[in-house]
Amino acid sequence: MKVKSPAASVSRRDFMHVAVAGAATILLPGTAIAAPTQVVEAIAKITGGAALAEGKIKLDLPSIAENGLVVPLNFEVESPMSDKDYVKSIYFFAEENPTPGVAAFHFSPMSPKAAAAIRIRLAKTQNIVAVAQMSDGKFYTAKKEVKVTIGGCGG
Amino acid sequence: MSKPTPRVRMPATAKAGEVIEVKTLISHEMESGQRKDKDGNAIPRKIIKQFAATFNGKEVMRADWFPAISANPYQSFFVKVPESGTFVFSWTDDDGSVYASEHKVTVS
Repeated sequence: MKVKSPAASVSRRDFMHVAVAGAATILLPGTAIAAPTQVVEAIAKITGGAALAEGKIKLDLPSIAENGLVVPLNFEVESPMSDKDYVKSIYFFAEENPTPGVAAFHFSPMSPKAAAAIRIRLAKTQNIVAVAQMSDGKFYTAKKEVKVTIGGCGG
Repeated sequence: MSKPTPRVRMPATAKAGEVIEVKTLISHEMESGQRKDKDGNAIPRKIIKQFAATFNGKEVMRADWFPAISANPYQSFFVKVPESGTFVFSWTDDDGSVYASEHKVTVS
């Protein structure tokens, strides 16, 4: 298994330890196929039908992921993060995963930046959709396609 | 599977108001609920469903995780240090277990 860019300051030994454990967790094909309508419905539930604007979200994902089991996802939402104007939450969906929910982050004015990095599983080539909720009730969205060579659910 | 072990990397000292990056890693198989065993029975889902960070008891950020989070979840994010105090990072498992890690930061 080829793993790119170990976490910058987690030691190499720690990283290899978990990377090998991760590689051992080979997933079998999922049975359910999620229709993107599931994602559309989940987003409607969050926004309550409010309009989604493009922008504000910097979504950093590889264009091609060699290994769908470990795909690095970095994001940052543009915001002053003050008491009056901050990013409340950001939600991530993978349109073609058996369960499309990926993660949700809830920030407070105590968070200096609405930014984080995680690693996700992708079953196959698909779009990742992000929806951010601001403290003023506005919603922003961003989308990025990731091509997956070896799926994170068997493939 | 041995007990999940959290690992957290962050500075122990900071200037007042400084923004610091926290890097976290926890060993956990994050069983997605999609896999089957040799006999074709579904392996039940067992993942860490929530991560939370607090500073002196106040919540800084919280994350909900779903089965799409990779095994041995890594997460990095940013915190601000207004004064000396203690950060507590906690991971909540599907089975209700909570794994926590405490870190003191001194404002110099």
